[in-house]
Amino acid sequence: MEKMNQNKAPIHEALERFRKMRVVPFDVPGHKRGRGNPELKALLGEQCVNLDVNSMKPLDNLCHPVSVIKEAEALAAEAFGADHAFFMVGGTTSAVQAMVWSTTKAGDKIILPRNVHKSVINALVLNGAIPIYVNPEVDHKLGISLGMTLEEVKSAIEDNPDAKCVLVNNPTYYGIASDLKGIVDLAHSYGMKVLADEAHGTHLYFGENLPVNAMAAGADMASVSMHKSGGSLTQSSMLLTNKTVNWEYVSQIINLTQTTSASYLLLSSLDISRRNLALRGKDSFNKVIDMAEYARAEINAIGGYYAYGREMTNGSSVYDFDVTKLSIYTRDIGLAGIEVYDLLRDEYDIQIEFGDLSNILAYISIGDRIQDIERLVGALADIKRLYAKDPKELMSAEYIAPRVCISPQGAFYGAKESVPMKETVGRICTEFVMCYPPGIPILAPGEIITDEIIDYILYAREKGCSMQGTEDPEMNRLNVLKL
Amino acid sequence: MVDTSMQLWFSDYHTSNVKVAVKVDRQLFGQQTDFQRIDVFDSQEFGRFISSDGSIVFSEKDEFTYDEMIVHVPMAVHPHVEKVLVIGGGDGGVARELSHYEEIKEIDVVEPDPVFVEACREYFPDNARGLEDPRVKVFNRDGLRFLRTKQSEYDLIINDAIDPLGHTAGLFTKEFYGNCYKALKEDGILVYQHGSPFYDEDEETCRAMHRKASHSFPISRVFQAHIPTCSSGYWLFGFASKKYHPMKDLDADRWNARGIKTWYYTTNLHKGAFMLPKYVEDMLEEEESC
Repeated sequence: MEKMNQNKAPIHEALERFRKMRVVPFDVPGHKRGRGNPELKALLGEQCVNLDVNSMKPLDNLCHPVSVIKEAEALAAEAFGADHAFFMVGGTTSAVQAMVWSTTKAGDKIILPRNVHKSVINALVLNGAIPIYVNPEVDHKLGISLGMTLEEVKSAIEDNPDAKCVLVNNPTYYGIASDLKGIVDLAHSYGMKVLADEAHGTHLYFGENLPVNAMAAGADMASVSMHKSGGSLTQSSMLLTNKTVNWEYVSQIINLTQTTSASYLLLSSLDISRRNLALRGKDSFNKVIDMAEYARAEINAIGGYYAYGREMTNGSSVYDFDVTKLSIYTRDIGLAGIEVYDLLRDEYDIQIEFGDLSNILAYISIGDRIQDIERLVGALADIKRLYAKDPKELMSAEYIAPRVCISPQGAFYGAKESVPMKETVGRICTEFVMCYPPGIPILAPGEIITDEIIDYILYAREKGCSMQGTEDPEMNRLNVLKL
Repeated sequence: MVDTSMQLWFSDYHTSNVKVAVKVDRQLFGQQTDFQRIDVFDSQEFGRFISSDGSIVFSEKDEFTYDEMIVHVPMAVHPHVEKVLVIGGGDGGVARELSHYEEIKEIDVVEPDPVFVEACREYFPDNARGLEDPRVKVFNRDGLRFLRTKQSEYDLIINDAIDPLGHTAGLFTKEFYGNCYKALKEDGILVYQHGSPFYDEDEETCRAMHRKASHSFPISRVFQAHIPTCSSGYWLFGFASKKYHPMKDLDADRWNARGIKTWYYTTNLHKGAFMLPKYVEDMLEEEESC
């Protein structure tokens, strides 16, 4: 096939042509280039409100692309080495849902690790598929789930030969990658599809010396958060498919829930970001890697913190490590990750991505500068000086294996009652409980509640984690199935 | 009568709604570095001046004010300064003032941008001669990074960085004051640029600085000077100290006996500089109590 011109940005160029046409708008949006909402125009700027236009012939339509969006998606597919690329405007959540719904329906099994994003299990609540969780290995010191080993995936597949697909985080929030290529070969040999959640993996398509990306590994579908490491606007994302997938069917699935008023701000940001990554991605991510490695070395030199990196790899549960990620273990200075996270924001005006019970994650990207890295390192040194405590008082975060009793859908829509949290032990939960971020469920609908889980929830809340998912906003009560 | 002379004006924005324009004779230097855009101009009124990202850093006409104030105020208080750290100050003006003191043994100047140092050596030789003093060592490093590894090492730290929003933003943060505290000896003093309290846009920055310093050091006072090229022309400095009080521990006789020639600083002015307008005093007190 002839190589395309990655210098082009078809949606961006169409918007420019359209602007020069000075078309009089008698269509939506009703703010009419901002004139009807001067305060919005003052906030966002004239150029921005001018770009907020409706789908129309010169600008194509995301629900059924035939011209500039089609061309932009084809360019993206080429840049990412995919057979087809879909521009998504409902966040990577919408891409993950489309992957799950394209491969499973009610009663079908899907093999997945427990540390998936809640969007995966939400998709199961809606379509009635059954999760088969692979036991992850846990790093007991760091208190985080690692990747799936090939052996564990194999035993899950052999126990459930009727499963339709395997879902893999590539990589996890913390940067840990499983042996994706090995999992793809294994799953394909059993006729199962492989879905990759690459919410934290856009850069794997462009950087060097990084874990393999899903398309190169032969996975069937991948959800790629362009707005995270790719630089596009928040809420814009991409779904990639390989030749093994009927993309026309995927398109139908996407259109079940996708808006018919896709924002051109989001679409043009995807288009421009793809061009930027295709032309300059390699250099940019090399800089990101340099900054992350520098920060890791400086933070480890402070003492008390452990900023982990490639030394974590072990050939199985940590098959590879994404060195652009800056995850830092904080418990040895006697502070939970969430406490360091709060101190950085409240005392040092530094906002990081998240803190869990033992770690923090600072997101390093193409927008960072070395002087900001110095601030982060300086602040961590000062936090240690001023706030370090005896680490013995901290509870360590352990992986709690979920016990799935009924399908997420059966539980969520089943007859339920609200019960004070401490009285729920032994009951089946019908809703989610999670800390956000990272948004990985502690409990999902259909799972048994245990003492251990209740203790964990209470401790996380006491340490200041933002707890979400329950109907009761204070999370004093949980919804459980009626006996 | 039409004025046919060349009209080239340098606009220094004090806020988005206020600018001071300086008539320029000619531009001598202009370069985008890894850190900032640096320009050097000759002007009728201010003589030669240097700007960073479009904002005047100092001019020949008024640089003596803050170089003197930021050096002589702490030096007239601290009884035995041997080791000094200057952060920023790549022009050499602060080092030049420090070189008057014989008891000082080491002066470390940490300026991240080597181009700034070179431009000053070339165009401001009177300032830059301060860097020629054999006690001075220049480090082209990030200030925060330099500080991180230092513990109980300095008698005096002078933060000469002026822009809390630009590439030196890290030198106006809680971690900076914290790291300075650690790098100072048990009777050390930190003196720093405190900005201008006048315009609304600057006020919050000014408040935040005092909040951070006063929560990091047992003694934290503010003093003032009149510097025309600074925002609103009214400028504050911070004096944060572990032991010495800027007024109670002022040894005027000792300082006057040194016979240092100055144009702005006197030991009488020293006392006056800490007498602040009511609105500034109120603002600082609010931050101390929160």
